[in-house]
This record gives sequence, C-alpha cells and structure tokens, in this order.
Amino acid sequence: MYLNNILADPERMARLVEIAQNSLLPLIQGAIFYTIPLTLISFVFGIGLAILTALARISDVKFLRAVARVYVSAIRGTPLLVQLFILFYGLPTIGIVLDPWPSAIIGFSLNVGAYASEIIRAAILSIPKGQWEAGYSIGMNNRQVLKRIIFPQATRVSIPPLSNTFISLVKDTSLASMILLTEMFRRAQEIATTNYEFLLLYTEAALIYWVICFLLSIAQGRIENRLDRYVSR
Amino acid sequence: MITIKGLKKSFNELEVLKGIDLEIDKGKVVIIIGPSGSGKTTFLRCLNVLETPTEGSISIGGQEMDFTKKVSPAALSAFRRHTGMVFQSYNLFPHMAALENVMEGPVTVKKEPKEKVREKAEYYLEKVGLSDKKDYYPFQLSGGQQQRVGIARALAMEPDVMLFDEPTSALDPELVREVLNVMKDLANEGMTMVVVTHEMRFAQEAADEVIFIDGGVIVERGNPQDLFNNPQMDRTKSFLRKIQ
Repeated sequence: MYLNNILADPERMARLVEIAQNSLLPLIQGAIFYTIPLTLISFVFGIGLAILTALARISDVKFLRAVARVYVSAIRGTPLLVQLFILFYGLPTIGIVLDPWPSAIIGFSLNVGAYASEIIRAAILSIPKGQWEAGYSIGMNNRQVLKRIIFPQATRVSIPPLSNTFISLVKDTSLASMILLTEMFRRAQEIATTNYEFLLLYTEAALIYWVICFLLSIAQGRIENRLDRYVSR
Repeated sequence: MITIKGLKKSFNELEVLKGIDLEIDKGKVVIIIGPSGSGKTTFLRCLNVLETPTEGSISIGGQEMDFTKKVSPAALSAFRRHTGMVFQSYNLFPHMAALENVMEGPVTVKKEPKEKVREKAEYYLEKVGLSDKKDYYPFQLSGGQQQRVGIARALAMEPDVMLFDEPTSALDPELVREVLNVMKDLANEGMTMVVVTHEMRFAQEAADEVIFIDGGVIVERGNPQDLFNNPQMDRTKSFLRKIQ
C-alpha cells in the first residue's frame, strides 16, 4: 500500500529522494567521525583487556583467576545498554562525571574485553601441549613461549570468532545514541524527527551498517587466507 | 656427564619413579626400554625437567639441580639448555618454516645474531639431510623429515646431551630408517644420547648400554648383547619375549 501510494504520487516520490540525498552525507559523517572510530578504539582497548583477562584465567595465581572470572561474569550477565547507563547517567551520582565519548569507549571496551577473553582463552587452550613443551625444551621461558609459539598460532584460531565480535561491535555502537553520542543512528533519529520519514531514515542507516559489515567480512577473509598459509588445505 | 641420585616422581598419589640412580659418561649412548607405564618416558622428561622430579638430584654438564628444594623457573630454563629433546610427535612449530624452527632457539633464547644463526641452522639441516627443504613448512614435510628437523632444532642449541622420546614410534615403517641413520651418525660423532625406543636393532647397533625400567625402578642394565641375549631378571626375560 505504502509503495503504491508513493509510486502513484510523483511529488512525494521526489520529496523522499531529496530527503534521502540530503541525509546521506550527515549519516556517513556520523559513521566516519563516530561509529567507525568508536568501534576501532573500543576494539583495540577491548582486545588488550581480553588478552590480559585470558592470561589471568589460565594463570596459576588463584586471585587473578577469580578477578577475571568475576569481571567476565558481570559483563556477560548484564545488558550492554544498562552498563552504558550506569557509566553515563549513574556515576555522576557519586561525583564521577564522564562525557559521552569516554563513557562509550569505556563501556564498549569492557564489553569486548569480556567476550573476547573467552575466545582468546579457548584459542590458547586449543594449541597442543606439545607446543609449550617444545618451546621449553629449547630453553624458552613462559613469556617467550607465549609470544613466539602460542600467540601466533592462537591468532589464527581466533580470527573467525573475533571477527564476529568486531562486527557485532559495529552495530552495538548504535546504543551510544542513548548516551547522547551523535553517532550515525542518533543522526538518523534526529533527521527523522524533523520530517517524520522514519522508515526511510532508519532503512538508510541500516544499509550503511550493512555496507560497513560487508566490507569487514571481506577483510576477514583476506586475513584468514594469509594466516592459513602454514596449514594444509 | 650425567649423574642422577635418588630420583623420584609422583603424580598426586601415584609414584611413577621410585628412586633411580644412574651415571652416564660423556659420549655414551644409553637406550631405555620398558613396558608401557613403566616410567621410562617420565624418566626421560625429568632429565629435561619437563616433569619436575619430586625428590632427588640431577647433574648434567656440571650443573646440579636438587629437587628436594624449590626450583625457580629461571633455574629450570638454564638447566634445560644442557639437554636437547626430540619428541615422539615431533612438535615442530607449524607456523615456522624448517629453517626458522631450527633458528628459533639460538635467536630467541641465546640472543645470537640472526645471520650467524642462519649459517648454523643451515649446517644442522644439512647434517640431517634436509638442506633442500629449509623453506618448507612442517605440513609440507613427511613424518621422517619433520622428525629430522626436530633433531636439527635440538642440536642447534648445542646441548651436552640429546634426549629422544620414542623418536620413531609415530612414523610409517619405511620412514624409520632415515631417522635412525641420523641418530647413528650423531652417536658415531660422540654425542651423549639417552634414547627411549623400541627399536631393538638400533639398540644393538648404536647403544653402549641398555637399561630396562619397570615399575619405576631400574630392573636390569648391561651392554646390548648381554642384556638382549642373556637377561638375568625374570621381568626382563618376559618383557623381551613379548617384543621379539
């Protein structure tokens, strides 16, 4: 019905095309200046945190294992939106006031850190014990074995699941619209409230997310090919 | 070269090694045989401290480790440099080409300059007959070739003693010989070797001494001719009957 109405009404059709054209630039700007940097920064911090957490989970120190376990459990057990609200709207109550950007980066990094730590832990544990022993047998210490032997192999194993995390993160950044960060989705909302073309604006935003994620999955394929050069196929 | 005194190893409640005393002179080739579960592999792994003994002491190449006291990880790494280990399942680093596998220890652990190590690694690969495979990844090599790279990797650390843990057990029969030949060359060059193996022919050809371990103790030892042809202990006799 909606489509029929539009197609039968050249004036409305022209208006929609115009809105789509005019909104494209602000939305893409939102992606370039907010969505993409927020994703990249949070992912880098998150992976750093995830590696530390994974190492803590497999360490011999009981205290470290416990801290890591509680952290992962708390983050995985609570909604991301609630975590962002606590950081941005909750913390000021006790005198900690964070701007939207730092709130978002902290929130998303903590989130990625928890989920990715499980991926990295599993990847490390998937490397056969013989690899550790071979490293020790030529005189390596724990650090050297991790850096030279285990991490390079674990990276290969963890690329597909980490790509999942990364692509999810791109889309999850839309939640930052709720803590006043004018990223792509918030811009779509703002434009839509002025002209009431919700379907058009939200579909446009969805398409841009899709394009970003599509490009990322192509990059994933290339990285996987490169890391697969030392395994038989 | 190696002096072992009162060596014991327990896993939780299970005592696998029940007190082993042994001396091995420089340049000797010692073969260890024994039924599965006898403790022979655990014994070998204790020499490389891949298993930390519960009691006793080991001295290799002039460095002594007393396991009655607590041992620091740094001391373990230092002690391991006296021995080179060859594993049943090769355990090559799959993400490194053959030459890089051999170079890894000297470069990362000994911090030797790369160019010098490359020459050394090429020398050892030639020694095991794999000069033409130096740029191959492990998955591109046969089992026998992988095991020979494993031997070169251990040799490149220039250890005092080479340890072999059933080095041919995972190999197809036609590939066993190429690995044993490399080991025999090493023995002829005067390398001190401790070998856990079921290859009786190799034992007869290359060993100075054969040690039969069962139940976590040394049951019998002697030169290969005596031990294989004229065993004294009943347990040795029954084991040799089963494998011949």
